[in-house]
Amino acid sequence: MLGCMSTTLAQPRRWRTRALKLAETATTPLVPADFLDLFAPLRAGAELRGRVESVHPETADAATLVIRPGADWRGHVPGQYVRIGVDVDGVRCWRAYSLTHGPRADGRISVTVKAVPDGHVSPYLVRHTRPGTLLHLEQATGEFVLPVPSSVEPVETRKLLFITAGSGITPVIGMLRNLFPSTDSGVLRLPRSAAYDITVLHVAPSEPESIFLDDLRRLEAAGSIRLVARYDDQHGLLDLADLDTLVPDLADRTTFACGPGGLLDAVTTHHEQRDLPLYTEQFRVTALVAGEGGTVTFDRAGVTVDCDGGRPILEQAEDAGVLMPSGCRMGICYQCVLPMREGVVRDLRSGELTIAVPGETGADGVRIQTCINAAAGPCHLDH
Amino acid sequence: MTTIQKKPAIGQVNPIAHLDAEDLELIAKELDDIRQSVIDTRGERDARYIRRVIKTQRSIELGSRVVLLASLFPPAWVVGTAGLSVAKILENMEIGHNILHGQWDWMRDPKIHSTTWEWDSATPAEQWKHAHNELHHNFTNVIGKDNDLGYGIMRVDEDQPWHPMHLGQPMWNFINALFFEYGIAAYDLEFRGAIARGTTKDPKFKREFKAVRDKIKRQVTKDYVVHPALSMVTGSFLTTMAANFTANTVRNLWSHSVIMCGHFPEGVQTFEKRSIDGESKPEWYVRQMLGSANISGSKLMHIMTGNLSHQIEHHLFPDLPSNRYGEIAPKIKDLFERYGLDYCERPLPQQVYSAWHKVVRLSLPNGWLDSTTPRNLPGQLKRLYQMSTGGPKVRRALQARMTQEQRRSLARAA
Repeated sequence: MLGCMSTTLAQPRRWRTRALKLAETATTPLVPADFLDLFAPLRAGAELRGRVESVHPETADAATLVIRPGADWRGHVPGQYVRIGVDVDGVRCWRAYSLTHGPRADGRISVTVKAVPDGHVSPYLVRHTRPGTLLHLEQATGEFVLPVPSSVEPVETRKLLFITAGSGITPVIGMLRNLFPSTDSGVLRLPRSAAYDITVLHVAPSEPESIFLDDLRRLEAAGSIRLVARYDDQHGLLDLADLDTLVPDLADRTTFACGPGGLLDAVTTHHEQRDLPLYTEQFRVTALVAGEGGTVTFDRAGVTVDCDGGRPILEQAEDAGVLMPSGCRMGICYQCVLPMREGVVRDLRSGELTIAVPGETGADGVRIQTCINAAAGPCHLDH
Repeated sequence: MTTIQKKPAIGQVNPIAHLDAEDLELIAKELDDIRQSVIDTRGERDARYIRRVIKTQRSIELGSRVVLLASLFPPAWVVGTAGLSVAKILENMEIGHNILHGQWDWMRDPKIHSTTWEWDSATPAEQWKHAHNELHHNFTNVIGKDNDLGYGIMRVDEDQPWHPMHLGQPMWNFINALFFEYGIAAYDLEFRGAIARGTTKDPKFKREFKAVRDKIKRQVTKDYVVHPALSMVTGSFLTTMAANFTANTVRNLWSHSVIMCGHFPEGVQTFEKRSIDGESKPEWYVRQMLGSANISGSKLMHIMTGNLSHQIEHHLFPDLPSNRYGEIAPKIKDLFERYGLDYCERPLPQQVYSAWHKVVRLSLPNGWLDSTTPRNLPGQLKRLYQMSTGGPKVRRALQARMTQEQRRSLARAA
């Protein structure tokens, strides 16, 4: 029976592969998709992309992008995030953003981006994205989601605490909007959401800098959540010792925290000491600092080379016996290019730094020329 | 043409004799700054440019192939063939060549990247990158090192002894032009060398040979089987086949002409093999400056040549985006002028003529073409016949006499 099923499933796929192979004989060295992309970049079977349909300012430095995803978008669970590839100054950059709507009836998705001061991608997305822009997408992912209610157990009261700081509110707003959809006639209180008892502790530098404050207030007015807003300029920096005062029934609640690393570390320590349930989500990994030289690890070769910052990686790797692709050794022929998954290198000609951060710079890392780049920190090359 | 190092010995001027080490350093500094200024301003505008060219090329190709489905009708054949020729030229020149140089790698777009791109040519991208980017761009115009000079099948310099075999070189050159993509594939493979050395059984050669064979098979199947077969609906099998062959030939002739213009016209310098031992970056720059020639013309002409009309700029900075070469050209030209160097630039017909003239001149014994007039033609032909049929001794003797006569007539003229 099983075998029978797999045949019926495999048959159309095999035909599809054959048809594609046949079509490729007419388009080689390109693939049929290269031509189809001219007309239908969002079609089924295309690389996953999305078209920006509208841009809504949220605060002075944050905006929500409403995106129509490609046909192969598999949907998401509120709280998950999506990695978006956008060309900033012509250079493809990837960043992760929380989806700020639950699944919508019209199939659109939205992300809310806060322009980070000195940021590279976020200010571009907030200020320079126009409707019609094509973005590259990956499928939604992330474990920061509400536990799926069990249909077997009796409906119990779900007491939750969301601690959010800055743009950490974005995955939470996605969950809240899904639980309590907002309509023209006010916030809906759906039966499936009736069991939830939610407190949101929202931390922001100041009131005007709070994204989604209106949404939070509307939810509070409708009785859907209890909102505790703390602004650094009014209340001073949040001290977790005050948590019991701010949230008196803290011990009964499961906490979801999302924000910068410092806050998450503090919440984690606090909750571990009290043995309280906690889910966390962090946006940015620890920043890399470029220094002179560093260890270069060739992941596939399984070799780590201690490189100084004054000589190309290629030379030093070869000295260490790594079999390296190479060519002109002066930066013009690109025979030596290898993908860097993580790390910092310095162009010996210009001093320019190239940085690869897992999760931010493309799934395949950043391709670097090893013949003119020196290590400027610990690096991982896919070779 | 005589290598730059041998010029003084025969009374010609070495064009860089007036530059000292300090000048070379200053030139290199200025060139580095120009390069940096382009890198600093590389961005959205450039990305838009290459994407637009790619989109245009794909649209033209698709449109032409659709029109050719009915190529039995003469107007459709003409329009489709012309369109396909243009598409193939754009694909090879402005798109393929430049992407494979890594000019667009900075965009980090895996679809427009030197390591992932494959082009509409018989030679696989991987092998071409080695032969072209690594060998030709490094050893530009170094006799015996740079195979782009004559592709190893031609006499490219007066210093190479003349042999009767060379009489055929205008014809070889023309045949090479007609089937240029296959010529390139063969020479990227170092086919002749491998046969001569007897290394055709080496695993490396066998692997590369298989890659070329597979690539050619795919290319030929596409142009001469699949698309003609699709055209059978309108009874256009043969006409589409002919159209595709024509488009490939037009592309071959065009790219061969453009590439000949890059390093072969009169005024371009060649270099001794030993001169590049321990060559410094400034010396490398100057070799690129003098070893390349530009084509002047309209913007459309520049695009159709893949901006190889800015061959000098391209050879100085092979990995800068091609759309920037035209922008930096005035600065480069100014640099040439200030340092008293010859910026070799002429319109396409003149450069093509100049390059072909050189091919013909070098197919004949040194000085033969220049010293032949309608009046002495019978005598000259007799001499050529003797040199072609006689042994090396006869050739040396007659060549010596001809060189002596030429020196005398030069002295008399002076």
